[in-house]
Amino acid sequence: MFWYIIRRLLQGIPVFLGSTFLIFSMVFLVPGNPVLRMFGDRTPSPEQIAALEAKFHLDQPFLVRYFIYLGDVFQGNLGTTYAGQSVNEILARTFPTTLRLALLAVLIQLIVGVLAGLISGLRKGGIFDHAALIVTLLLISIPVFVLAFVAQWFFGIQLGWFRPTVGSGAPWSDLILPAIVLAALNMAYVVRLTRASVIETSQNDFVRMAYGKGLSRRRVIPVHILRNSMIPVTTNLAADFGILIVGATVTEGIFNVPGVGNELFKAINRHDTPEIVSIVTILVIVYVFVNLLIDLLYGVLDPRIRYVK
Amino acid sequence: MSSKNPVRTAPHFVAEVDEGGLGAVDAVRVSDRKSNLWLDAWRDLRGRWMFWVSAVFILFIVFVALFPTVFTQVPPNDGCILTVQNETQAAELGVPVGTVISDHGPLPGHPLGFTRQGCDVFSRIVHGTGTSLSVGLIVTVIVAVMGIALGAFAGYFGGWIDSFLMRIGDIFFAIPYILAAVVIMSMFLADRNILIISLAIGFFAWPSTARILRSEVLRVKQLDYVMASEAIGVSKLRTMFSHVMPNSLAPVIIISTVGLAGAITAEATLSFLGVGLPANIFMSWGNDIAQAQQSLRTAPQVLIYPSIALSFTVLAFILLGETVRDALDPKARATR
Repeated sequence: MFWYIIRRLLQGIPVFLGSTFLIFSMVFLVPGNPVLRMFGDRTPSPEQIAALEAKFHLDQPFLVRYFIYLGDVFQGNLGTTYAGQSVNEILARTFPTTLRLALLAVLIQLIVGVLAGLISGLRKGGIFDHAALIVTLLLISIPVFVLAFVAQWFFGIQLGWFRPTVGSGAPWSDLILPAIVLAALNMAYVVRLTRASVIETSQNDFVRMAYGKGLSRRRVIPVHILRNSMIPVTTNLAADFGILIVGATVTEGIFNVPGVGNELFKAINRHDTPEIVSIVTILVIVYVFVNLLIDLLYGVLDPRIRYVK
Repeated sequence: MSSKNPVRTAPHFVAEVDEGGLGAVDAVRVSDRKSNLWLDAWRDLRGRWMFWVSAVFILFIVFVALFPTVFTQVPPNDGCILTVQNETQAAELGVPVGTVISDHGPLPGHPLGFTRQGCDVFSRIVHGTGTSLSVGLIVTVIVAVMGIALGAFAGYFGGWIDSFLMRIGDIFFAIPYILAAVVIMSMFLADRNILIISLAIGFFAWPSTARILRSEVLRVKQLDYVMASEAIGVSKLRTMFSHVMPNSLAPVIIISTVGLAGAITAEATLSFLGVGLPANIFMSWGNDIAQAQQSLRTAPQVLIYPSIALSFTVLAFILLGETVRDALDPKARATR
């Protein structure tokens, strides 16, 4: 296990460096001088420009700037947007809300998804199975912003069950509807993966063996079938997380949840390229780390993985 | 000595052909219908209603995209009016002068009502079809070409080429492609068009195709006919193009169909976020849905109809992808 962790960590380094470098070089390609853009219509004096360029290291060559940025990131300083806001502050303000929303969404997605997948897998070809297939197909097809709008219009405005937008402080009760919307797409994948996996696992000899030695369904289904069916679902959590990030941007924007995604949503609407890039970089860093964590978790769950090169 | 007999008979080591029992299992029935992966898949597809529903719907969408004027004569962008200002307009629409057209419900000749800008919802949906389909198609081509080229090289040549290409793929894969497209599009705000948005989406979406093709190539290149091809002196490159790649393409076709749906969603999402295609030049369902945000309470038709068009288009491609996958992959059929 130790060497597995070391190997995964080492493999993560080039991905981390490469992806941050890729985004950083995109910033470099942004046309126009960002310092001039800060002043809008006014024309700054050359001294002002020079001072600001020095402050943001804009007078340095590209690679030097990248390493300065990387050094800052490792010291816990995520930089400043060109509007003068500290990215750390923005994150400190918005991240807890996003974390709560994501937590709720992952819980819904796993509980509902695994249960529905288990039932339709065990009763393959039944009414529930067919219904689950159709519902998941619809959830996969409907883009998240359409789902968010329709949910907001139907449950928020027409039926009035939920507040259409999240109130100040983002209480848990207001987060339920956005979390359901955010969970919907991934839930569909979880249902399908669990179903396929349960069907495959049920055909194994060890399941027949378990039934054969007289174990009850109540023991065989959770312990022998479900536990062994969870491996592909766990692996897929990494891909789910990417969908979750994009989904959070859209959902938080529509329901006005004060989270990181909403910050990105507003930055996009304002066409504030520097802030977009800072937030996207942070999200990518988080994504890389979460992927690493899920890989490690995968190694814990499935011993075979640790020994494969 | 055997030299007494000048005629040599070759010893008969081959067992008698057993036409019944086990022999019949092994025998090749020449008179049977021709069969290969694609023919089998086609026979399987032919009998599925899901395949026909999605295929006919996709053909219909393509027809709408190519000939939008067959379905509506109303221009999608020009001639949008917020209020009825004069008698000619009033006579055309059949409402009195001074009626607010913005967000108005259906009128004769305008079956789905009007947007906030007073444009015809139906016409915008019909004209938006082409935008969605072209982005979907161009992205799919970009992703397929990049994915196939890089995946095939990595899988077939192996060694450091494989490691290098796959590490590059990991890096691109580490950035969710819609986020990357958001960054790229926000840099090209001034000149956004269909090609740029397609490049922005496709440029970060290829690694999954490359990975799938690579693993398929790794499987196929172990097969005997590849070794045979190399053994008779065909070059590695030519073997790859004429034997390995055609036999590894099935999973790529499946992922491309589903990917086309993903690209249409991505374009709509980017347009919805406001970094997609500019609303005043291109008709894009994502744009129209984004604008519905302001009139959600008063005019839900502005939200509902483009959403239906978008969702059904995506659904059709996903259905097609799934039926084709089931037809091509017997393993998927087992868990169906």
